[in-house]
Amino acid sequence: MSLTLSEVERIAHLARIEIGSAEAEACRDQLNGIFALIEAMQAVDTAGVPPMAHAQDVCQRLREDRVTHHDPDGRWRDRFQAVAPETEAGLYLVPKVIE
Amino acid sequence: MIHASLKELAAALAAKSISSVELTRLYLDRIARLNPELNAFITVDEEKSLAAARAADARIAAGQAGPLTGIPIAQKDIFCAEGWRTTCASKMLENFVSPYDATVVVKLEREAGMVSLGKANMDEFAMGSSNETSYFGPVRNPWDRARVPGGSSGGSAAAVAARLAPAATGTDTGGSIRQPAALCNLTGLKPTYGVVSRYGMIAFASSLDQAGPMARSAEDCALLLTAMAGFDAQDSTSLERPAEDYGRCLGQPLKGLKIGLPKEFFGDGCGAEVMAAVQAAIAEYQRLGAEMVEVSLPNSHLAVPAYYVIAPAEASSNLSRFDGVRYGYRAPEYADLNDMYAKTRAQGFGAEVKRRILIGTYVLSHGYYDAYYLQAQRIRRLIADDFARAFARCDVILGPTSPSTAFKQGEKAADPVQMYLSDIYTIAVNLAGLPGMSLPCGFDAQGLPIGMQLIGNYFDEARLLNVAHGYQLATDWHQRIPAGLE
Repeated sequence: MSLTLSEVERIAHLARIEIGSAEAEACRDQLNGIFALIEAMQAVDTAGVPPMAHAQDVCQRLREDRVTHHDPDGRWRDRFQAVAPETEAGLYLVPKVIE
Repeated sequence: MIHASLKELAAALAAKSISSVELTRLYLDRIARLNPELNAFITVDEEKSLAAARAADARIAAGQAGPLTGIPIAQKDIFCAEGWRTTCASKMLENFVSPYDATVVVKLEREAGMVSLGKANMDEFAMGSSNETSYFGPVRNPWDRARVPGGSSGGSAAAVAARLAPAATGTDTGGSIRQPAALCNLTGLKPTYGVVSRYGMIAFASSLDQAGPMARSAEDCALLLTAMAGFDAQDSTSLERPAEDYGRCLGQPLKGLKIGLPKEFFGDGCGAEVMAAVQAAIAEYQRLGAEMVEVSLPNSHLAVPAYYVIAPAEASSNLSRFDGVRYGYRAPEYADLNDMYAKTRAQGFGAEVKRRILIGTYVLSHGYYDAYYLQAQRIRRLIADDFARAFARCDVILGPTSPSTAFKQGEKAADPVQMYLSDIYTIAVNLAGLPGMSLPCGFDAQGLPIGMQLIGNYFDEARLLNVAHGYQLATDWHQRIPAGLE
């Protein structure tokens, strides 16, 4: 398997990472090196092998669907928004998306 | 004092022959003097550290001290700590001051009363094996400053090796505690997946990430792990198990212990000097009464390929949260929302992080999921099954931690694949979710430390620590100190 330049650009777009064409080219070579390493996996017959997500046979723990935190004076919101790039009146600001 | 064990430090604090403030001051002064060259810490805040030390002294005076109260520790900068800048060694989080504490921080600092000396340098988002991907610059190995300390917990390793801290926290996704421990002559333990909470530990690959201690002996690691581990409802993969004293087996004789030697770890691909040191360690264990059993991990050659599907896939998903909206870096100029995301992420992430996000995005993209992610998850099962068969015949598994000693800065930086292969012996352990540790077992001709790896069965950390401890009672490799730092 070998990635083309346009595939690298498409992946970068899906990942929302801007990439220039010179960078995409350098990146393609390195990605292809890594995929060559990964390819070793494809020769293995894994039919009937159950995929493993967790070492222990455990289920995702569920919790009751109820409110666990109240923030009546907005103190926690302020704390968490203090690290945001741009906020106003308790809202996160982003570039306009609807004209 | 800087060479004292955690137990000795606790005794000195209890006897009031030194205060936590004095001890903290001693380490802060060493950091001020040596860190500019080693770059082991990203953030140091003397006032915060000294305030914590004063609180610890008050606890000691009130007779409420635990076995670690007042002892300083370096925290890997992947753990959120309230009021501390928490960067994960990325430009993306350069100015992120955490509004909350990771569970590991709560347990070690708020509950056990340890004193944070600061946030240790690391590979960006824990992606790397040399600490060269840090936005804040590479860490130097105290054993040879032209060489890497390993990674990703390279700052933690360099800090403890240079006696800038008596112990440190690390995290291990594919070897990030064990490989730097090996390259810096430390003892480090990656616990069974699910034993230490991941809450507040910035996620890289959620099904593999696990935090653990890095220190100078197995005994110190046992004390630290006992304080770090435990069920946490805030981590959905945390395992509900009773609390353990991980030091409870220390001192038990090793006679009759069955040590498995996977033949795949003793073939080509390992440096001769590393292999000779590991063989000498095997002979030492035989003198201590252990019995060697040949075992096989026939799928271990598939560990690195499967890992470089699973870890990037999970990373691409985890790191999608860094979008310039709720926290972290935002590009200064952009046209619209999508452009803001793309520029923020292009500018905020370093090259290795971007590479892994791209791999992950690709393997999870439409039409490729089965061929890559699902196949890797199946291989992961084969690898775990190999270990299960091996542990039917032995108590612990022994082999090298890293195929080489510390390499030179820049030596592998341009070739990701070469860098990835420095974790060939450690990655399978993460895929299986088993506990593993690295401990010192010798030096090469250039005076660089060599580590051996011990792998245990699930939840067998206490035995693993005793197997390491028994070796450390019989040898003094772990007590060697880098030149100039005696």
